Amino acid sequence: MKTTKEISLGDIAARAEELRGENMTLNMGPSHPATHGVLRLSLELDGDKVIKCDPVIGYLHRGDEKIAENMTYNQFVPYTDRLDYLAPLANNVAYAIAVEKLAGLKMPERCEAIRVVCCEMARISSHLLGLGVYAMDTGAWTVFMYTFNEREKLYTLFEELTGARFTTSYTRIGGLTRDLPEGWLKKVEVFCDGVLKVIDDVDKLLTRNGIFLERTEGVAPISKELALAYGLTGPNLRASGVGFDLRKDKPYSGYEKYDFDVPVGTKGDCFDRYLVRMEEVRQSVRILRQACKSMPGGAWYAEDAKKIFLPPKAKIMTKMEELIQNFMIVTEGPQIPAGEVYFEAENPKGSLGFYVVSNGGGVPYRLRIRGPSFVSLSILPVIVPGNYLTDIASILGSLDFVMGECDR
Amino acid sequence: MEAAVLTDRFPRTQVLPSQDMPTYQVAGEDLLETVRFLRDAQGFDLLADLCGIDWKDRTPRFGVVIHLLSTTNKEYVRLHIGAVHDAVPSVSSLHPGANWHEREAFDMFGIRFDGHPDPRRILMWDAYPYHPLRKDFPLAGIEVPLPAADVAEVTGQTVEPAPMMGGPFVSPGGKMSEGEPSALDQSWNEEKPKA
Repeated sequence: MKTTKEISLGDIAARAEELRGENMTLNMGPSHPATHGVLRLSLELDGDKVIKCDPVIGYLHRGDEKIAENMTYNQFVPYTDRLDYLAPLANNVAYAIAVEKLAGLKMPERCEAIRVVCCEMARISSHLLGLGVYAMDTGAWTVFMYTFNEREKLYTLFEELTGARFTTSYTRIGGLTRDLPEGWLKKVEVFCDGVLKVIDDVDKLLTRNGIFLERTEGVAPISKELALAYGLTGPNLRASGVGFDLRKDKPYSGYEKYDFDVPVGTKGDCFDRYLVRMEEVRQSVRILRQACKSMPGGAWYAEDAKKIFLPPKAKIMTKMEELIQNFMIVTEGPQIPAGEVYFEAENPKGSLGFYVVSNGGGVPYRLRIRGPSFVSLSILPVIVPGNYLTDIASILGSLDFVMGECDR
Repeated sequence: MEAAVLTDRFPRTQVLPSQDMPTYQVAGEDLLETVRFLRDAQGFDLLADLCGIDWKDRTPRFGVVIHLLSTTNKEYVRLHIGAVHDAVPSVSSLHPGANWHEREAFDMFGIRFDGHPDPRRILMWDAYPYHPLRKDFPLAGIEVPLPAADVAEVTGQTVEPAPMMGGPFVSPGGKMSEGEPSALDQSWNEEKPKA
């Protein structure tokens, strides 16, 4: 005789509750390939679903703001290389413009145009790395090889321009360290042709790739309101549908002269952030081409920047006044008037802000650095919970942060 | 935004001289209402930056500087708030992004943010005893116990100040005189070679 046992849905629910294990605490990082540096995520997991995420930062804290108060303005330029170390040229430019604003200096057109070229090359370099490692985080190796090849060509150009591949320290308060090398702009134009081909290849490899779409589409969407509330900037803000770009809306260094579009996303998910970066590379190439074609001649440093910018070397060696000028600027620091200024530049990762307070003299009283990566990471406790552990690599990669700038 | 819009509404608010953006000195009691008014009525929807500052010989000694950005009107505004008794109201209920900035200002200067949801250190470790960006904190640092107590017990290590010998790694800088630097001895220059 068969006996039957009826199982109600309530029983199943009760059984599931019985089987539920304890929540697990997992530390991801500080050295984990997906955390791109020394970020630690203290996660609370239910199975492999994240229910709480607490980012722990500060492993790369060097006290840059304290160091800045103890040295002259020009001595701090190499420290700016090490903020977002994937786009040092853009950091140099942002810092120089902030201090020049305080000094009330106007840069000559050639200097501004060279700085635009630097910023856009830095943007391409940073996005090439960002896209490459993002693809790698989601399981596609090839893209990384493609983009790194192109990035290598950029570094050769940086080396020719600044003397260093990585830590460029190219700007000075009131100008640059040196003028463009001869024939360099031609090489930049050749690079522009090459990088577009590679971006097209990456497009073919990723944009309609089923696995990549599964990993990114609809993952961790950030709404417009959330992005603004958390102060996201740069590509992360634009992917959420806010078309704000400092190059267009608060133009600096002559960006208003160039014709380019600002890509804006709709859903704000990981895939949108990827698409925005892809398009930004294409737009940067547009700006680069225009800048190369219309590069103005003339001075490459502010000639009226007395007591701020070092006189030309040839004059230092032959003229007494310039020699003294040089000596005074190096020992006392560039003379910046008292006041305060806040300047944000549109860097590859978002708005890099410098708040400079000066009491006059050659050393800042307070130099605050607002790193976009710091802000991008502060949104993690909101967007990570509810996703699976494997999605974290995808989310982190899509935010495109760098710890040098987050921890300062 | 006209300065009067803010000063009429909040009479304690003062306009400060500034070269780059409208700047106001806001009383701590008015801060939350001011930021709410700027966000909801004036379109300052994005908190660009919030940082602490040590004024050394002013009273109150510490201050907080907030930079707000309007993504629609494309303008900035700067608010200075004095930290009376080292405390300032937290604005993280209005701009959740202020949460980490305020933790950093607390970590670096010891400014307390009243009503902050998560008042912990952020860059230094939790047991760290000092506030490093204060003007009286030495650049090299001060010797403190290792954050990992179990390691310290075995090795006897501490966190040591940075070695400053072999420098100078710092420069005191200075102010140049108003006159043009010039050589007192003009008997020799290119135009007039020495006999």
